Amino acid sequence: MATVELRNVRKQFGTHEVIHGIDLLIQDREFIAFVGPSGCGKSTLLRMIAGLEQVTEGEVLIDGSPAQDVPPAKRGLAMVFQSYALYPHMTVAENMSFSLRLSGTPKAEREQKVRTVARILEMEPLLERRPSQLSGGQLQRVAIGRAMVRQPKAFLLDEPLSNLDAALQGQMRLELARLHRELNTTMIYVTHDQLEAMTMADRIVVLNQGNVEQLGSPLELYQHPATFFVAGFIGAPKMNFLDAEVKTVDAQHLTLMLTSGTSITVPAPLQKLNANEKIKLGIRAEHLALEPEGELRGEIEALEHLGPRAYLHTRLADGTRLVAQTDGDTQARPGDHVAFRARSEATHLFNSSGRALTRSDPQAEPC
Amino acid sequence: MRRIGQVRWELAIVVWAVALGMFFPILWMLLCSFKTEIAAVATPPALFFHPTLENYHAVLERADYLAFARNSVLVSLGSTLLALALAIPAAYSMAFFPTRRTRDILLWMLSTRMLPAVGVLVPIYLLWRDLGLLDTVFGLILIDSISVLPIVVWMLFSFFREVPAVILEASRMDGATQIEELVHVLLPLCTPGIAATALLSIILCWNEAFWSLNLTTVKAATLTTFTASFSSPEGLFWAKLSAASTLSIAPILIFGWMSQRQMVRGLSFGAVK
Repeated sequence: MATVELRNVRKQFGTHEVIHGIDLLIQDREFIAFVGPSGCGKSTLLRMIAGLEQVTEGEVLIDGSPAQDVPPAKRGLAMVFQSYALYPHMTVAENMSFSLRLSGTPKAEREQKVRTVARILEMEPLLERRPSQLSGGQLQRVAIGRAMVRQPKAFLLDEPLSNLDAALQGQMRLELARLHRELNTTMIYVTHDQLEAMTMADRIVVLNQGNVEQLGSPLELYQHPATFFVAGFIGAPKMNFLDAEVKTVDAQHLTLMLTSGTSITVPAPLQKLNANEKIKLGIRAEHLALEPEGELRGEIEALEHLGPRAYLHTRLADGTRLVAQTDGDTQARPGDHVAFRARSEATHLFNSSGRALTRSDPQAEPC
Repeated sequence: MRRIGQVRWELAIVVWAVALGMFFPILWMLLCSFKTEIAAVATPPALFFHPTLENYHAVLERADYLAFARNSVLVSLGSTLLALALAIPAAYSMAFFPTRRTRDILLWMLSTRMLPAVGVLVPIYLLWRDLGLLDTVFGLILIDSISVLPIVVWMLFSFFREVPAVILEASRMDGATQIEELVHVLLPLCTPGIAATALLSIILCWNEAFWSLNLTTVKAATLTTFTASFSSPEGLFWAKLSAASTLSIAPILIFGWMSQRQMVRGLSFGAVK
C-alpha cells in the first residue's frame, strides 16, 4: 500500500520533450487510470513510476521518499504489461514465483504463496503449463498473478486488457475491479480506452500531448469536462459539437446562432462573453430528444440499435453530424427528417482556446 | 498442387547437385586415402582400385595423432568458451542498451575479419614471443578466440535482439539484477542460438590453420599442423596427406553431424518463433 507522488515530472527523449511537467498525488489504495490517445505520454509516465524510464527532471516519490534513483526492483511495485511479458521458458508456477526466488524466499513459502494467488485467480490447473500452452485470457491472469505474488505496494497496469477480445475485456474489467477491492492496494492503470477508465477507476487522469488535461472522478469528467479535448474523449458516443456565435447574453441566458442558421438559448456561463464571439456548443447524445418543434433539424443517415436504446446518426442542414440517443423501439428510419430539442441546462460551452465555460456548479472549475 | 510438387522435385535436383558438388572434394580425399601413392596421382584417376590401409599406418607411425587431436579439442573448446564469455556481455549491452555508435562498433568488429591475418603476423608473433605464448595451448586459445570474437558477437547480438525487451523489463520489475536477468532470463531463452554460435565457433577454431602453423611447433600444434606436415615440396605424398586430412576432419565431421539439429534450430531461431 503506497502513495505515489509526481512533482513537476518531465521527460525528454533526445531533444524532444514528451512529458511537460506533471504534478500528481496518487492516494493510498486508490485505483487511478491514466487515459489518453496514443502518444499522449501515459505509458511513459507509468514507466517512470516503475523506474524503467529515467525522469529527466522533477521528482517521483513513493510513500513520501524520493524514488527516481531507486532501481525498479527496489521500488516495491509490480507491473502488468500489455504483452504480458511472461517468461516463455518457465512454467506458470515458475513465472509467478520468480520474484520470490530472486529475493531468496524459501521454497515451501514460495509454493504456498503461488497456490494462494492461483486460487484467487482460479488458475490452479494451469500451474504446470508453459505460457505457449495458454490462451490470451489465461496469459493475462498469469501476468496479474505474477504481480500479486510479490504483494507489491502498488500495481502498475499498462493496457493489460487491450490484447483480449471484447467479451473477455468486459469480464476482466469486473475481475480487476473485484481484485482491487479485495487486495486493497494502490493501482495505476494505463489505457487508451475511456470505457475501461470510466468503469474501474476511482479517479481518472486525462493526458494529452504530455500534459494533464483534467483529473477527476469518472462522473466529474463526464458531467463537467474542463476542456474541449476531455469532452470529446470521455463518453461514448462522443459528445456532439456545434459551432456557434454569441448573439445576445445576459446574466441568465445566452442565445447562440448556430452555423445551420437556427438560434438556441442556454443558461449563461459565469465567464463574460462578447457578442459575435465564436464558441463551441457541446451536447451529449442522451441530452437530445426527438421533438417535432425542436431547434436542431436534420436527416437520419444511420440507425444503431443497441436493444434498450438506439442511436440516431443525423446530418444537420449545414452538414454537421449529430448523434442522438432514443428509445430502443424507435420507429425512426434512415432518410427520415427529424428535429431534436437539446436539454439546454445540460449543454456544454467551450471558448475558442478549448476551455470549458462554467455555470454555477463549483465542481466544474477547470483544473 | 501438381505445380508445387513439380517445383519441389526440380528444387530437390538442384539441392542434391549443389550438395554433391560441395561434398565431392571430401569424397575424393577419402578415396585417395585408401589408394597407393601411385594410384593417387594416376591419370586418368582410377575409380576402382584395391583399397589399402598403409597410408593410415604410415601417418600414425610418423606422428602422435592423439597429442595433436587433444590440442585441437583444447583449443577449439577453450577459444569458444573464452569468446562466449567476452561476447555475451558485449552482445547483451549492444542489443538492449544501444547507443548511437552501436552499429558502427559492430561493423568495425566485423571489419577486423576482413583484414588478412598475415597482415598482423609479425606484431602478433613478436608479442606472443615476448609474452612467452609461442607454442602454448593458451597462446593459441587466445588468438583463436580473438579471431572468432566478431562472428560470435554478431550472432549473439542478432539472437538477443529477437528477445522482446519487455521480458527483461518484467524481470527487472521482479527484482532481478543485470546478472540475474542475464542468467535466469536471457541465456535460457537464447539457448538454441548460443548453442549454434558455440558449434560454429568450435568448427571455425578446429579448422583454423594460419595461427597454429605460425605460432606453434610441437607442444601446442593442432591437427591442422599435423595435416600440413604431410605435404612436401617434392615426392609422392597425396595419399598420405589425404589420410592425415581424413583423420583431422573425422572428429569435427562426426561432431557436426551429431549436432546438426541444434545448429539448424539455432540458426533459424527467431525466424520461425
